[in-house]
Amino acid sequence: MSTRKLLLGAASFLLVAAAARAESPELGKSISPTELAPWDIHIMPDGTGLPPGSGTFAQGKAIYAQKCALCHGENGTGGQSAALVGGPPRASLDGGKTIPNYWPYATTVFDFIRRAMPYTQPKSLTDNEVYAVTAYILALNKLIGENDVIDAQTLPTVQMPNRDNFIIRFPDRI
Amino acid sequence: MSISKRHNDSLQPVAGNGLLDRRALLGRGVVFAGAVSAGSAGSMIGAAAEPLVDGPWSNEVGAVIPPYQVASRFEKHVVRTVDNPDNVPRNSRARTPHHLLQGIITPNGLHFTICHGGVPDIDPEKHRLVIHGLVKRPLVFTLDALARYPMVSRIGFVECGGNSAPLFSNEPIQANVQALHGLASCSEWTGVLLSTLLEETGIDPKAKWFIAEGADSPRLHRSVPMKKAMDDAMVALYQNGERIQPGQGYPMRLWLPGYEGNMNVKYLRRITLTEQPAMSYYESRTYSQVLPDGKAYRFYFLQEVKSFIANPSPGLTLKEPGYYEISGVAYSGTGRVTRVMVSADGGKSWGDAALQEPVLPRAFTRFRMPWRWNGGPAVLQSRAWDEGGNMQPTRAEIIAHRGQTSKPPSVLAFPSQHFNGITSWAVDTKGEVKHVYA
Repeated sequence: MSTRKLLLGAASFLLVAAAARAESPELGKSISPTELAPWDIHIMPDGTGLPPGSGTFAQGKAIYAQKCALCHGENGTGGQSAALVGGPPRASLDGGKTIPNYWPYATTVFDFIRRAMPYTQPKSLTDNEVYAVTAYILALNKLIGENDVIDAQTLPTVQMPNRDNFIIRFPDRI
Repeated sequence: MSISKRHNDSLQPVAGNGLLDRRALLGRGVVFAGAVSAGSAGSMIGAAAEPLVDGPWSNEVGAVIPPYQVASRFEKHVVRTVDNPDNVPRNSRARTPHHLLQGIITPNGLHFTICHGGVPDIDPEKHRLVIHGLVKRPLVFTLDALARYPMVSRIGFVECGGNSAPLFSNEPIQANVQALHGLASCSEWTGVLLSTLLEETGIDPKAKWFIAEGADSPRLHRSVPMKKAMDDAMVALYQNGERIQPGQGYPMRLWLPGYEGNMNVKYLRRITLTEQPAMSYYESRTYSQVLPDGKAYRFYFLQEVKSFIANPSPGLTLKEPGYYEISGVAYSGTGRVTRVMVSADGGKSWGDAALQEPVLPRAFTRFRMPWRWNGGPAVLQSRAWDEGGNMQPTRAEIIAHRGQTSKPPSVLAFPSQHFNGITSWAVDTKGEVKHVYA
């Protein structure tokens, strides 16, 4: 190959490289952790993301009666929305997935209440209230004691009975 | 009639109970003579016997052309079925009427919708997409900004993981194709590849997952492997050429070609790169499938190879013996559909169906099969293969691994998910079609 051709080749490569960079308008604006905070609500199974605060069964019981019982029934026994206690020993194709017989992580209880409940007023509870309702539901199910305090340290240590009964369907896709 | 008869005489049977060689569909007369019509009987004899008259519409000036066109008033029955019309505090679903549609593109107003907290009314000017977590530069994007990025358009399906769940019932539930398989639809999606945006944020090599979150009232979130982000995940802004419908995630949704519908997070507002999955409510509870031994699947993701006959199907009665075109859709989250076979005798014998072009990866593929119904009982089935070498299983094969209910549930229940087995429609001597297990 002649030097001229090599130079032409190099020039066209540079043009392509420049075009590739120019393909993105780069219009994203930087965002700081403080600015992110109102949306930064993910709670991970190891407890990452859990906020300061705490709650107990007794505190949760009062909040539950006021904010949750209308749909989920007195003491979590279910109503027009799912039961939060009991259920069959294990779920089957006839139904019956419940927190004590199915949910693998207690952190998911806190995460879901905080982001999605109460259904008609999601994200209206304070973090302390979410901890308290979480403690109430876990204690109703005997997953913790009625005097246990639920906070960022204790919640991830709650052992959920069904935790090890899951199979990843297509491991090669992860 | 003489035209169709001439063509019909040349048709060769390829399988039992009247299935004909798909090459017959190359003859235009056969397609017209054999089409199953949802509305009129479509009898050519009847049409010819009526005197031709000018309708009133031919003798008067028509209506004003509307700025945004909707279907004819005579098509008011072509609608989705909605299961929560009063918006009581629970999930809401609307199902696609496959039996009244043709081709591979689902009209936008008929695309299936599931919402877990109603349909949000999002002001696009105020909507934001944040990408953060294990990135080099956390960034926030407006819709206007995203609209200036390089776009790609791809045709593909979205299917709820719970589509076809009634077939986990121990007895066949008498319902139509809309009720059984209506939680799947296919569109052309246009948007920005997620990988394009991640180039701008940079990726910390520790990132193995990303968590997608919506701006709807449950702030629905799902964890997705980074593999999919770098492969073909899209932040979709347009659906069949227009901005995404509110039921599909206006003003933007995540589109993960071939993956479980719920993961295609609508109203997308945040993407968080992480080392671990979030184990959100929807991935650790709802979209996790109980197995007969008490174990359960998680992270199923893939919508596997599947097909169903939409026409004929329950509610579309065959008026008289004769020639019909069996048609339906086939699709696979793995890639292209390579083959569809049809049986008219409950699986004893099979013939190859014609695949209507275009045959696209992870999109609906329309299949067609000519059939001469002799007026006797028939059981119609379809079975698809994909380019990954996967074959659509029988129902018996699925329930052997996945289980079934002990008693029939509501047609609206989801005993399990990811049912991709064969559906069977029984045609009786009156031409009525029922759902059966065969």
